[in-house]
Amino acid sequence: MSASAQARLWVVQRATAAVLALCVVVHLATIIYAVRGGLSAAEILGRTRGSIAWGTFYAVFVIAAAAHGSIGIRTIAIEWLRFGKPAAQRLMVTVALALALFGLRAVYAVVAA
Amino acid sequence: MTKLRVSVWRGDAEGGYQEFEVPRHASQTVLDVVTYIQRNLDATLAYRFACRVGMCGSCAMTVNGTPRWTCRTHVDKVAKGGRVEIGPLANMPVVRDLVADMREFFDKWARARGQFKPTATRDEPFAAVKPETPERREADAGIECIGCGVCYAACDVVKWNGDYLGPAALNRAWTLVNDVRDGGQHARLAAVAGDAGCHSCHTMMSCTEHCPTKLSPTRSIAGLKRATLGVDAQETR
Repeated sequence: MSASAQARLWVVQRATAAVLALCVVVHLATIIYAVRGGLSAAEILGRTRGSIAWGTFYAVFVIAAAAHGSIGIRTIAIEWLRFGKPAAQRLMVTVALALALFGLRAVYAVVAA
Repeated sequence: MTKLRVSVWRGDAEGGYQEFEVPRHASQTVLDVVTYIQRNLDATLAYRFACRVGMCGSCAMTVNGTPRWTCRTHVDKVAKGGRVEIGPLANMPVVRDLVADMREFFDKWARARGQFKPTATRDEPFAAVKPETPERREADAGIECIGCGVCYAACDVVKWNGDYLGPAALNRAWTLVNDVRDGGQHARLAAVAGDAGCHSCHTMMSCTEHCPTKLSPTRSIAGLKRATLGVDAQETR
């Protein structure tokens, strides 16, 4: 990976951090609202199923988390676990795909009507 | 007379700490202690110093686990229970005893394109750089580095990532990025981008915390992160 590609990873991680900061606040507020209001699982699904807004929000959340976390895993693998750069890159791609796959599957489960 | 118990690193990477007892004096510095040992207790002790007044940056060592200028560190400030441990700077190979090999440290300044690239000749008039311009202020904020290596020894990223250019080299690059007379910006920004450069900095600020000159390499590195956006590092590698 070239130095400019490494620099782009840094930009992506910074940008997704900004997205995640917003997403986490909305996510936590929603959880607290849902729990305090005593909503049942069925009532929550009733609100999320078919909702383009919630589907879009959580899809963005998942993709940002997958990108942000996997780039961080790459750095941890290189600096702490002594991975070589190619191995760390493979780990990054694997973690990104896994997080995106499982996350989007979960989004689909709560949004698909 | 009270005595100070001093543990001093002996040997190279394979060495160990040797104990000495040194008489305490008022206003004694750690460099005074090392000099006393070399002149009175063991003439084979190797260490490095020059100016003794915090200008040259050659006497930096690890004092009780912290990188410091020994000439500007009073024993009173660091001696815990009448004990001081003195070792060579971390993150550099040990030549012998308290002397660290600084070649890699300075080679990284060159790798970060820390050389001024002139755009004018001697026949042209002096460049007028106004003190209040933003570029001049940024350069001023980092220009007083004397290359002692304390920030480099304090940096965890240097420890984890041997290729990392380190705070001092990146700070130097940032002062040149802000030098309006310099013509080497593209190559410099390309050289300081990526895993070996500014993008590996985790902003832990050990460099800024330990810099004896009170510079903030962290700030300089943050500036480089912004400045390198959009620069294609491929061209010059």
